[in-house]
Amino acid sequence: MAATIAIKNGHVFDPLNEINGDIMDIYIKDGKVVPELSDAEMKDAKVVDATGKTVMPGGVDSHTHIAGAKVNSGRLMRPEDSYKWNRPKTSITHGGTGETVPSVYLEGYEYAQMGYTTAFEAAVPPLEARHTHEEMHSIPMLDMGGYLVLGNNWFMMRYLKEGDIDKAAAYVAWMMRTHKTYGIKCVNPAGVENWGWGKNVESLDETNIHFEITPREIIEGLTEVNEMLGIPMPVHLHANNLGHPGCYETTKESLTIPSKVKPNQDMGVEWAETKIDPTKDKSIYLTHLQFNAFGGTSWRDFESGVKDITDYVNSQDHVVIDSGSVPFGEATCMTGDGPSIHDIAVLTGGKWSNCDVELECGSGVCPFTYLKSNPVHSVQWAMGLESLLLIDDPWKTIMTTDNPNGGPFTKYPNVMTWLMSEAYRNETFSEVHKWANDRSTLGGVSRELSLYDIATITRATPAKTNGMAHRKGSLAVGADGDVTIYDIDPTRLDVTANYNDLLTKFRYADYTIKGGEIAAHNGEIMSIPERRTYYSDIKVDANEEKKMLEDVKDWFRYYTLGFENYPTPEKYLVNPTPINVNMEK
Amino acid sequence: MTEVVLTPNTEIDIKIEADVIKPDEFAGKSKEEIEQLIVWQGPDQLPLKNFFDVKGQGGSSAEETSIVIKGDVARVKMIGAEMTAGKITIQGSTGLKVGAEMKGGEIVVEGDADSWAGTEMKGGLLHVKGNTVDHLGCAYRGSWKGMTGGRIVVDGNAQSQIGGGLTGGEIIVNGSAENFCGIRQSGGLIVIRGNAIRAIGAEMSGGTIVVEGHITNFTPGMQYEDEQYDLCFEDIECGGVFKKFTGDFAISKKPKGVLYAGKEANLEL
Repeated sequence: MAATIAIKNGHVFDPLNEINGDIMDIYIKDGKVVPELSDAEMKDAKVVDATGKTVMPGGVDSHTHIAGAKVNSGRLMRPEDSYKWNRPKTSITHGGTGETVPSVYLEGYEYAQMGYTTAFEAAVPPLEARHTHEEMHSIPMLDMGGYLVLGNNWFMMRYLKEGDIDKAAAYVAWMMRTHKTYGIKCVNPAGVENWGWGKNVESLDETNIHFEITPREIIEGLTEVNEMLGIPMPVHLHANNLGHPGCYETTKESLTIPSKVKPNQDMGVEWAETKIDPTKDKSIYLTHLQFNAFGGTSWRDFESGVKDITDYVNSQDHVVIDSGSVPFGEATCMTGDGPSIHDIAVLTGGKWSNCDVELECGSGVCPFTYLKSNPVHSVQWAMGLESLLLIDDPWKTIMTTDNPNGGPFTKYPNVMTWLMSEAYRNETFSEVHKWANDRSTLGGVSRELSLYDIATITRATPAKTNGMAHRKGSLAVGADGDVTIYDIDPTRLDVTANYNDLLTKFRYADYTIKGGEIAAHNGEIMSIPERRTYYSDIKVDANEEKKMLEDVKDWFRYYTLGFENYPTPEKYLVNPTPINVNMEK
Repeated sequence: MTEVVLTPNTEIDIKIEADVIKPDEFAGKSKEEIEQLIVWQGPDQLPLKNFFDVKGQGGSSAEETSIVIKGDVARVKMIGAEMTAGKITIQGSTGLKVGAEMKGGEIVVEGDADSWAGTEMKGGLLHVKGNTVDHLGCAYRGSWKGMTGGRIVVDGNAQSQIGGGLTGGEIIVNGSAENFCGIRQSGGLIVIRGNAIRAIGAEMSGGTIVVEGHITNFTPGMQYEDEQYDLCFEDIECGGVFKKFTGDFAISKKPKGVLYAGKEANLEL
């Protein structure tokens, strides 16, 4: 049961309300932030003294891989990942294992320990949606949602090739509802389909086999459909040629495609009162910029191509990115981009798992270790930080590690500390291969992010980008009572001498409050709060939907399962919370 | 050196995990404190004295502590795991994972050792006078790196997956081996005095394997180099004539792994 809670005298950082370290009290009642509590309510309220501490909205991770078929493959193929990373059960928590691909329960606990309360699984293959929801059902602590992978879907490719944008929209709407997913993910458009024949696409204007559609046409079509329907978030794009030296040019060109598409967010929700307009204003959300920004022509002349892209992002207003930072150490690469994972497996000789998801998409998994001694990995580390530091406006950047591709989410504290402290970056520069300095611009960057910036790139921007700012990412009246209290005194913060301190303070938040309940305190899980699964319930023209379904049923003969077994029923979701989209129809 | 004697005092049904049995834990502790050290049996945590009578006390440091186990402890797992110094003598057979991730010191097993003996060992000496089973000095399942240092000597036979993922250190088996000896080996030395069955040195990219006896199914990715006489690796000597191979060419274009097969026993190669 959500308690009444008063958080007293904390230094509040709430970018959506332009509150920058002011000493304030935050009150929560019935799971929501309220302006004040009556004397009677105060008597029963739990009071948390946050004097000399940092108070932020609960963390929002808009790009992580913690549920679904490929995550589970990662767990299966990595027994060694569980071997040395295990946590015993307590009276209220399950035990758990795994550093880069933890077991489901541990994922929830570890996010909560860090102060995160919301996470979006960034790649749900439609056929695996049921499986994904089953796993999400067992992840405690977190409000969740998933993005549906549509960049190589046969129906999508066919409709877009035929130029039938209305049917494409009807299909997207039906698929979101059928699989209870939240937004559109587009992975290596047109390329993954070719991977079924051992091939890829090299440029945005190369057509793929059989469908003869280009990546450009798919990106154009999907972004258009997305805004036509008014889906809460922009299309989440994993660009072509990812992971290949020189891919930054493809990425930059991909970003120009939806520059004329007008963002449109058409949701029937109750909005929390924020000072800054919390509605979506971007038409494309580029994922893991670091992996999409490789420069050079081979691994020998490999260099960072981040600056070229960040210059473009700085000059435009339609792009938001997440970084895909690399914090060194163990990782597990997993993506819907099958060919890119095959390249990694060939490069490293690592274990490789690969899957073709029938008519829809594909995926691959390969364990990876980022080494400070490795020249390429060192540049990748620098590139992840460049992605966040070279873009001037924090409302265009989101901090991620593309968990667990660049590294596990448990290393977010390292990334946050590198961003805040030039001294910490310099210390790392002294430990890594010299390519990090020679082949990126990070060494010349003296920018240090403030706690306000950190609150922006880990709370406000992901919430706003995802269309969740109506309840997440702020401490506005009406917002969810999700609060993180870090034991960091902003008035005494010394990021030059004392940066090591930040690592533990970000890792184990002093308090993580979810919906008014104290979920974690100082690294210990205190309660298992209620959580929700969000999905987009999109209305479209009934006639259009009927025509589209005739096509779908016709083509279903190519599927290995029956049409009736395809949908994900609501019972697979924990507290299903539909967001009504495109209400007029 | 101060000696602590452990005598098994009960039949063990569910196997126990006793990585506390090592000089690092016993050092500086009295008899009573050692008796209270915790071992796991299934989900239960129980004091060591439930399973052993303890005599003597720990030395001033791990180096100064010697542990003698009088009798069979085949149902006790992880003896000497991660130990850094001192000595353990087991006057009988021991269970899984003896000397796993051991960093220093010495373990002598007078009987047999179960699977995973010396797994991912980093230093020290593990001497098994009887036989061992599978995964001797091997990497943990799915892991890249097996043993990185130290030495394992087995007087009897060892079975499959000896030295999997070996990157350093030495494994000497005076008896025979079975399958996948030195799989994914990238460094270090494995000597098998007896015979081996198949896939010896499969996927190896570095290091050395010597098989003095007969190899039943030879690894196809190995390439013949020349003949060599009386091999000597510091203090380890292998007398006689050997056929030298490099490999595994099935994995790498320029592999640095070396496999010596005794000529007399392998005339058909």
